[in-house]
Amino acid sequence: MTDHQDVRLRVDKVKKVYSRDGKEFEAVKSLTFDLHQGEFACLVGPSGSGKTTLLKCIAGLMAPTSGAVVLDGRPVNGPARGMAVVFQEYGRSLYPWMTVAANIELPLKIAKLSKAERRARVDEALHSVGLEQARNSYPWQLSGGMQQRVAIARAVATHPSVLLMDEPFAAVDAQTRADLEDLVRSVWKRHNMTILFVTHDIEESVYLGERVLVLSSSPTVIQDDVKIDLPDERGQLGTRSLTRFSELRAHVYGQVQIAKTNKTGMVTSRQAAVL
Amino acid sequence: MSVAQRELEKPVAVPPQRDSSRTPSAVAPYKPLLLGVAGSLGFLLIWQVFSAIGPVGSHYLPPPTVVFAEFVENLSDPDFWTSVGYTLRAWLIGLVVSSVAAIVVGVIIGSSTFLRRATHSTIEFLRPIPAVALIPLAALLYGPALSAELLIVVYACFWIVLVQVLYGVADVDKVATDTALTLQMNFWQRVRYLLFPTLLPFLMTGIRLAATVALILSVGVELIIGTPGLGQDVALAQINDDAPAMFALIVTSGVLGMLVNWLMGTIERKVLFWHASVRGGVKS
Amino acid sequence: MKTLKSLGYFVGLPIVLIAAWWAATQGGGSFYVPDPDQLVTAFRTVWLGDGFTQDALPSIARLLVGLALSIVLGVGLGIAIGSIDWVRWLLSPLLEFLRAVPSTIMIPVLLLLIGINDAMKVTVIVLGCLWPILLNTIKGVASIDEVQSDTGRVYGLTGIDRMRYLVLPAASPQIFAGIRQSLAVGLVLMVVSEMFAATEGIGYAIINFQNRIDIPEMWSGIVLLGLLGVALSVLFQIVQGRVLGWYEGLKESAND
Repeated sequence: MTDHQDVRLRVDKVKKVYSRDGKEFEAVKSLTFDLHQGEFACLVGPSGSGKTTLLKCIAGLMAPTSGAVVLDGRPVNGPARGMAVVFQEYGRSLYPWMTVAANIELPLKIAKLSKAERRARVDEALHSVGLEQARNSYPWQLSGGMQQRVAIARAVATHPSVLLMDEPFAAVDAQTRADLEDLVRSVWKRHNMTILFVTHDIEESVYLGERVLVLSSSPTVIQDDVKIDLPDERGQLGTRSLTRFSELRAHVYGQVQIAKTNKTGMVTSRQAAVL
Repeated sequence: MSVAQRELEKPVAVPPQRDSSRTPSAVAPYKPLLLGVAGSLGFLLIWQVFSAIGPVGSHYLPPPTVVFAEFVENLSDPDFWTSVGYTLRAWLIGLVVSSVAAIVVGVIIGSSTFLRRATHSTIEFLRPIPAVALIPLAALLYGPALSAELLIVVYACFWIVLVQVLYGVADVDKVATDTALTLQMNFWQRVRYLLFPTLLPFLMTGIRLAATVALILSVGVELIIGTPGLGQDVALAQINDDAPAMFALIVTSGVLGMLVNWLMGTIERKVLFWHASVRGGVKS
Repeated sequence: MKTLKSLGYFVGLPIVLIAAWWAATQGGGSFYVPDPDQLVTAFRTVWLGDGFTQDALPSIARLLVGLALSIVLGVGLGIAIGSIDWVRWLLSPLLEFLRAVPSTIMIPVLLLLIGINDAMKVTVIVLGCLWPILLNTIKGVASIDEVQSDTGRVYGLTGIDRMRYLVLPAASPQIFAGIRQSLAVGLVLMVVSEMFAATEGIGYAIINFQNRIDIPEMWSGIVLLGLLGVALSVLFQIVQGRVLGWYEGLKESAND
């Protein structure tokens, strides 16, 4: 496993409390973890475990009630340069009035890169996701999987320090998801990126990550930090049939179940059916 | 991911979207209302001051106090109510007649591909013709009478509602139609259970749009031809150099307009309570 | 063959109607309705002659200026108001009231305040056309998709850039709906203000003809207004097709 040195992202005792109708709701109790350069970490947890809340806090879209998020040594007080996000709803994240190339180019324009540099990066990003021929299409002319690839290209083109992905493949079909998972890993390797990948798909988290952080249900804390010691070269067929994969998956699964039942202490019949 | 797992992922609790941790939560829901009242009062204040010290002068731009006094005075004047009645009469009859005609014509045309294609160019040409162009004709034909107003209002509103009805008829679900046919429903049953519900949201949109236009045109005709009503009153006030009266009538028309909007909104909600989530026909 | 059929549908009914009109007015036309010959002659004499520069051009110019002003003001203010929640709440009741006032009723007031001139007529048009555009812009801006907005924030889209690349395009379908409504209102106000108080203009000309019982000339004016209405509508659709091409595509793909 690659030895990651510098800390790219530090999440330090992040807490988020919502107030609604006078009542307070502690979505996130206290989350602390570090992401190192080049690391691929997955974040798993049951629904209601504040995954999206955490992601928004890290991305700077939302301010935590207390605690801090530090990117490359600088505190995150709002959306930060160096952080890119891929949202789940690709259809609503890509701008339908712009072509694929224009969508990818937009953040680069904002960052005031030269025309030549922008062009180069757009070409490179399109190449990474295998969509060179779609550069002049509009997002809504593409399939769901292709649209998400465009969103990934857009994020990658900004050469981010940290790439956040918020359940990006939840809304695509299984076959497409498999392709996209492999795509993310190849992009990760090629650019030596630091990725924080949020998902509720346990198998996906084990397949993709070097590390799986399991969140408890709210008030959320980190329940477990599982090191995934699977080989670096992964393939859908090969890796998923390894014994170690099953072990890791079962472990994470077990942790998530504990997380789910932590609050009520009771396992509902629906949950039992899957257990 | 299995269906079961997807089911399990249904949210346990629902944190609110917006972070309301700044405003004390007792006040927060009333914020829009309070601000709105503040804004309106602020406007009145500015108007009052501007009228007194502004370039126009209070003769031509009377302050709100004077205008509202006049407005209240009107409310006890029977002639005022007669005028309002005249305008509303034209508005109502025009709206109803045009809507009924538009429904009939629209359903007939919409149900036949041939008719739809044959009438398309004619409709697209006649539709943008401003009804007000016919005012002189109406004056010639009827003089300052209700019929003159109706000619204009009905002409304009007919096209507005017709267009919506045509959208509605075109929107009838193909699958539902096939189902109805296999269920051996006769023409009237299909109209009642299939056509009508599909048509209703579009019809409501059309009538709502037409209601606003009908008011504008009623007043406009009264202005020019002199048919009795609010428009004529405003014209007379202008001749008499009576600014307070004019402004009071403007406020009246605004109140009337808001009542019409509110009425249309309420009717639309009542009629479409079952359809509110599936609103089509916003192609105005 | 297909284009021939389309052409047939396009001109079929109009030809039938015109033929019926011609047949009905055989023998010189009635008092109220001229025969086709009279109408064409009148149209040519009036509108292709002096009437063009004297009445038609000024009217159209005023209408276009009024519309342009309304669009600039409406979109500009609309973006400002729509983007800031508390401003929107502050002005909401006032705007609702002002928009409910039937714009025709403002004509005598403005006559009193400004007088019989171009400024007054343009002001009337602006006062009427502003509301649909303003309110639709506000609505469009205030209902921008949250994910689109978050995406913008993440990638550093702020200020003018945000207006240009996100707000304006996202709100443009709604804005265009507002502009379409205001086209109709503008035409109404142009005509009515000229019929009520003017010294020239298409509306003024038509009322004049009516007063002098020049029926064919009166009808020629009505036809001109019809042509104007159609021309505006077609022009609008062309522009909309260009600017909102992406929106059409988006909606169509959503319906698949």
